[in-house]
Amino acid sequence: MNAEAPFLHVDGLKLVAERGGNAVVDGVSFDVKRGEFLAIVGESGSGKTMAARAILGLLPPGIRHAGGRITMEGTELLTLAPEALRQLRGAKIGMVFQEPMVSLNPAMRIGAQMAEGLKLHTNLSDLQIRERILAMLARVQIRDPERCIDAWPHEFSGGMRQRIMLASVMLLKPALLIADEPTTALDTLTQGEVLDLMTELAREHGTAVLLITHNLGLVSRYAQRVVVLRKGELVETGVTAHVLHAPAHAYTRQLVDALPRRGPTTTRPGTPEPLIEARQLSVSFPTAKRGWFGRAGTHLAVDAVDLTVHAGETVAVVGGSGSGKTTLGRAMLRLAAASGGEVLFRGQPVPASGKALQPFRLACQLVFQDPYSSLNPRQRIGDAVREPLRLVPGMSAAQMQARVDEVLDEVGLTGFARRFPHELSGGQRQRVAIARAIVRRPAFVVADEPVSALDMSIQAQVLALFQSLQKTHGFACLFISHDLAAVEQIADRVVVMEAGRIVEQGTRDEVFDAPQHAYTRALLAAAPVL
Amino acid sequence: MRLRANALIGGVLIGAVLVVALIGAMWTPYDPLEIDLLSKLQSPSATHWLGTDEFGRDVASRAMAGAASSGFIALFTVICAVLAGTAVGVLAGFLRGWTDRVLMAFNDALLAFPGILLALAVMVVIGASRIGLVVALTLANAPSVVRVVRGTVLSLREKEYVEASRMIGNPEWVTMLRHVLPNCIAPVSVLATSMFGWVLLAESALSFLGLGVAPPAPTWGNMLSGARSYLESAVWLGLVPGLCIALTLLGINLLGDALRDRLDPRMQ
Repeated sequence: MNAEAPFLHVDGLKLVAERGGNAVVDGVSFDVKRGEFLAIVGESGSGKTMAARAILGLLPPGIRHAGGRITMEGTELLTLAPEALRQLRGAKIGMVFQEPMVSLNPAMRIGAQMAEGLKLHTNLSDLQIRERILAMLARVQIRDPERCIDAWPHEFSGGMRQRIMLASVMLLKPALLIADEPTTALDTLTQGEVLDLMTELAREHGTAVLLITHNLGLVSRYAQRVVVLRKGELVETGVTAHVLHAPAHAYTRQLVDALPRRGPTTTRPGTPEPLIEARQLSVSFPTAKRGWFGRAGTHLAVDAVDLTVHAGETVAVVGGSGSGKTTLGRAMLRLAAASGGEVLFRGQPVPASGKALQPFRLACQLVFQDPYSSLNPRQRIGDAVREPLRLVPGMSAAQMQARVDEVLDEVGLTGFARRFPHELSGGQRQRVAIARAIVRRPAFVVADEPVSALDMSIQAQVLALFQSLQKTHGFACLFISHDLAAVEQIADRVVVMEAGRIVEQGTRDEVFDAPQHAYTRALLAAAPVL
Repeated sequence: MRLRANALIGGVLIGAVLVVALIGAMWTPYDPLEIDLLSKLQSPSATHWLGTDEFGRDVASRAMAGAASSGFIALFTVICAVLAGTAVGVLAGFLRGWTDRVLMAFNDALLAFPGILLALAVMVVIGASRIGLVVALTLANAPSVVRVVRGTVLSLREKEYVEASRMIGNPEWVTMLRHVLPNCIAPVSVLATSMFGWVLLAESALSFLGLGVAPPAPTWGNMLSGARSYLESAVWLGLVPGLCIALTLLGINLLGDALRDRLDPRMQ
C-alpha cells in the first residue's frame, strides 16, 4: 500500500446531540497518514473529543452520528458491526485517556490489565505475554518491571500510570493511537517525559498518533500537522509550523495570541519590610505506606522554607506535582498545620489557630484551582461574594451591597448576583472566586493554579483580570503554578521548589534567562513553547 | 415536564392520604372497633364499601382510622430520625477526632442490632404506645441517617468552598450550617423516603407481636397482619391495607424526589 495514502480518512463527519439536535461536530474532514503525528486542537465544546471517539464507535449516549464517513484502510467504520469494531479496538486503534487516576482498574494488578488486550487479540501463551509485558514496561522506563506486573495501580503516581497505560496500548502495536489530553493531569516535567516516550514508541512501531489537546505548546513541539476545531467546525488545518506561526484564520490567531507572554519588568519602590514572611516553615504529613516503601513514617511536604513576599509583589512558586508548592501556600495561610517554623505577617508572628488568627484571616485570601468545587452550589453569586464582608466590623448592609456590586463590576460579572454557580461557565466561576477573594481588599492573596483548569483563551482573560485587579488594589500575591508561561507573564519573582525545598529563587528575568539549578533548567526545557 | 407529573401524582396521593387520615381521626362511617359477628367477612358491598373483617368490623372505617395512627407514627418517626441522625452525623463528620470516634462507636453498636430487634427491646422497656413506637423506631432508624450524613459531611468538608469559608474567617459552626448542612439534603431526602416505607412495615411487625399499637385499635400494619389467615377467603382484608401502604409509599417516593430536585438549585 502506498505509504502516502491516508490511513484514516474522516469525511464530513457530523454528530448531533439527541436532545435539542445541536451539531456537536459539524462537517469535519481530516486524514491521518501512516506513522503521522496529527493533533486536534480546540477549547472545551469544540467537539475534539467526540470526533475522536466517533472513530472508535465510542460515542456517549445522547450523541448520534448524523452524516459523513470514517474509513480506515478502505473499511467504513461507522457502519461496521459492533463485533467487527471490537476487533479493531485495541488491535488496530489504541486509546489513551486523560485521567490516569481512573483509567486503570484499581482492583486489578497491572500485569493482568496489560495482558487483557494481548489475550483478546493474539494467540500468545501466558509466558510469551509475560515476556512481552516485561519488555514493554522496561521500554517505558518503569523501574523493576517484574515487581510492577504484580503491583496495584494505586502504588503508582499519575505519570507512572500514564506510562503503564501507554505501554498496555502499545503492546498490541496498533496502527493508530488516539491520545485524548493524555498529559493534562500531569505536571510539566512528567508531561514532557510521557509525550517523548509516546512519540518514540509510535515511531518504533510505525503507529500514527492522533493527539487531542488544548495546549498549543504541545502541538508545536510534537505534531507534524494540526487540525483546529471550534464549536464543532473545522477552522483551519495544515502543517503545524505554518498554522501556528502564520495562522490564516482569526480564531487560530486569537488562540496563539492568548498564550501568555512575558510582561514588562516592574521595579517597585523598595519596601524593606516584608508583608509576609515564612521562616524555616515545615509541614509534615504522616504516611501510611507499607510494603513498597516500608513502614509508616512522616513525609516532609515542606522542608524548612524561607520565603518573603513584599507588599504589592507577585511571587510565583513553581515546581512539579509533589514539590510541596500547594502545601507551602496553605501553610502560609495557616490552613495547613505547620510542623515547624513560623509565619510573620507585618512583622508579627501569626498564631497557628484560635481567635488571635482572625485579623490575619481578614487580611489574607485564597483563590482555588478548581472553580467547580470552590463555590457552594446552593449559594447565589451575590451571597458568596458578600459573605466575607459580614465579618468586617462596622460595615452596614448598604455598604456591603455597594461593595459587592462594585467588585462584580470589576470582574466583569455585572448583574450576575442572583445566579447560582451551575449557571456559570468555568471562567465566570473563577471570576466569582476572585471577586470573593478581593472583596475585603486583602493585603495578601494566595492563588493556587488559578487558571490551569480553564480554556486557553479564558486563561488569558482571567490572568489579565488578575493582573489589573492587582494593579488597582495593590495586594501581594503568591502565585502557585506549574504553568511556566503564566508565571512568566505575571510574576515579579520566581521561587522554584523541588521535594519540599526551595532550590532556586530570584527575579523572574534571572530565573527564566539564567536558571542556576538543574531542576529549574529541566522545568524550563520541558515547558512547551511555540 | 416529567418531573412535574411526578410531583403532581405524588402530591395527589399524599394529599389524599392526609385528608383521609384527618377525616378518619374525627369521623368514620362505622365505629372501627365495633364488633358485629353477624356480618363478619362480608365482601365489599353498598353497606360496607370495603367489606368487613373476621369480627364484622367495617374495613373502610378501620383503614381510615388506621391512616391516622400509621401516618402519625411513620411521619413522626421519619422526622425524629432525620433530625437526630443529621445532628449527630454532622457533629461527628465535622468535628472528627474523639467526638467522631465516640459517637460512631455508639452508632455502630446500634447499627449492629437488627433494627426491628432494637425497636422490640425499646418497646419492652417503654411499653406499647404510639409514643413508644415512635421512640423505638427512631432509635432503630437514626443510626443509618448518622452514617449517611457523616459520610457526606466527610466528603463535603474537603470541598474547596468549605475551605474558602474557613479562609473568609467564618467560625466553624457558621461554615457547618451555611456550607455543609444544606448540601447534605439530597442523600438524606432519599434515605428519608425509603425509611418511611420501612417504618410503616416495622410498625405492622411490632403490632403483630403485640408490641405496637395494641389491638383492637387499627393500624394498617396490624390490619395487614390480621388479614393473613383470611387471604384465601377474604382477599380484601389484605388488599385494602396493602394498597394503602403501597400507594402511600409511591406518593412519598415521588414527592420526595420532586422535593429534592426542587430544593437543588442545579435542577431548575
